[in-house]
Amino acid sequence: MIELDNTAYSYGGGELLSNISLKLAPGSFHFLTGPSGAGKTTFLKLCYGALIPTSGHVRLFDQDVRDMDRDDHAMARRRIGVVHQDCQFLDHLPIADNVALPLMVSGRETLENHSNLKELMHWVGLGNRANALPPEMSGGERQRAALARAVIMSPDVVLADEPTGNVDWEMSQRLLQLLIELNKMGKTIMIATHDMNLIRAAKSQVQARVLRIANRKLQLAGADL
Amino acid sequence: MSVLPTVVKEFIVGDVQADRVVPPSGFTATLTTFAAGAMAFLAIFALALSLATGRLAARWGDDLAHSSTLRISAPEGQMAEQTAAALRLLKTTPGVESARALTAEEQGALLEPWFGPDLPIEDLPIPQLIEIQETQSGYDAAGLRLRLQGEVPGAVLDDHNRWRRPLEQAAGRLRLLGLVSILLIAATTATIITLAANAALAANAQVIAVLRVVGAQDSYIAKAFVRRFTLRALLGAAIGVVAGMAAVLLLPAAQPEGGFLTGLGFQGGSWLLPMLIPPLAGVVAYFATRHAARRTLSELD
Ligand SMILES: Nc1ncnc2c1ncn2[C@@H]1O[C@H](COP(=O)(O)OP(=O)(O)O)[C@@H](O)[C@H]1O
Ligand SMILES: [Mg+2]
Repeated sequence: MIELDNTAYSYGGGELLSNISLKLAPGSFHFLTGPSGAGKTTFLKLCYGALIPTSGHVRLFDQDVRDMDRDDHAMARRRIGVVHQDCQFLDHLPIADNVALPLMVSGRETLENHSNLKELMHWVGLGNRANALPPEMSGGERQRAALARAVIMSPDVVLADEPTGNVDWEMSQRLLQLLIELNKMGKTIMIATHDMNLIRAAKSQVQARVLRIANRKLQLAGADL
Repeated sequence: MSVLPTVVKEFIVGDVQADRVVPPSGFTATLTTFAAGAMAFLAIFALALSLATGRLAARWGDDLAHSSTLRISAPEGQMAEQTAAALRLLKTTPGVESARALTAEEQGALLEPWFGPDLPIEDLPIPQLIEIQETQSGYDAAGLRLRLQGEVPGAVLDDHNRWRRPLEQAAGRLRLLGLVSILLIAATTATIITLAANAALAANAQVIAVLRVVGAQDSYIAKAFVRRFTLRALLGAAIGVVAGMAAVLLLPAAQPEGGFLTGLGFQGGSWLLPMLIPPLAGVVAYFATRHAARRTLSELD
């Protein structure tokens, strides 16, 4: 569904990522690690088409990102839920509406989805914050809302960029549970994180592969965690 | 205009949701509405000017229908003789269809507005007037003058066309100016709306980014802006039209004597024309905003 073929990316200087090939199989669970500045965010952006590779190919659902027009990208994003590192919302709308935004823009705001929304808001511990405006919320609350927004469309793939960066251990466990739950439903998950405890916690419950970015390359990390 | 039904449908059905995703913007909204109102107000006057000059040109055109006047001033004894000579001469002039001496009563009626009904005009040395109807091709005025000089020394030929043609031309130009003004007003409205829409799009860059992230298509994002600006333009133009029409209604009513200024209003069916201004403003706003939104969005990544 997401396929990188000899991909390289450079922001203008030297290559940040080189020679990356990866095929995300449906239902797989990946962690992405690497030191800060290694290019985790950049890699994820390549994976959802926000960046076009400077060389090589990226295919989303069998379509080369270079051949996709803006509407194709919009459609791809409905199938790839993304949790950004710096999650952004529509600040004038209550958080519940923000979480429901993907449904809204795709014309799928049905009654059934509405009850899913409530459930989801409870899942991420925001059940009683539904009417809060994003600027009034803490960093952790925003991250949980961003995760809820990323999964509400029941996407095929969820890409999460340090989703537990601002939440306490208990909440990060809950978010992880949600992602594992989604994975068991067949969704493909990729989590960028440098929280090794999180990876260990996941490994006991799900068959997760750990990828590491080092020296501009993507490597499969061994069992040495 | 096959797009019109879609446009109208979007007004009526609307997409309140799409509208909600863009934060409300109080002051710029008021400015857009005001600008649309002012433009509609101006359009009313340009329209009134066009219609009035159109009517005027048509009237002068009719009068131009080839008539002129021969005025004979002669001592009392020679008046009848010179009149007869002039009529004889006119009969043989190519291009003159008919010529007829006005009766004393007709001449009296012409003078009455100036001297009142009680003046004994029979006793005054008034010139005799001969009304000339020309054929389609007209006559050679210079040649006629020459011949009159020889045979009817007291005759002065008043060729109406000489001064009416430029007037008719002026009326035509005025009408054209009115139409050009309406087009300019429409273009200015489009410009103002485009600038306002661009400002709104720039101010809402983060909103647009968020919408893109969650999978909104450009058409959805554009719709939110388009609907808003179209409704503002409609509302503003409606207010402007009401104000403009009120101002036109307050002008003095058209007089039968047909002064140009008193005719500056709407007559008959033309009262309906201003009703087209708000929908037209809406259509202009719709396309201006849609174009601005699509262009801005396509430049994003
Ligand atoms: N838009 C950008 N333009 C130029 N350089 C960038 C841009 N975004 C990120 N970088 C650089 O690319 C490198 C990798 O960034 P990033 O992918 O965010 O790493 P990570 O998420 O692993 O911390 C960093 O050195 C960063 O400064
Ligand atoms: Mg990062």
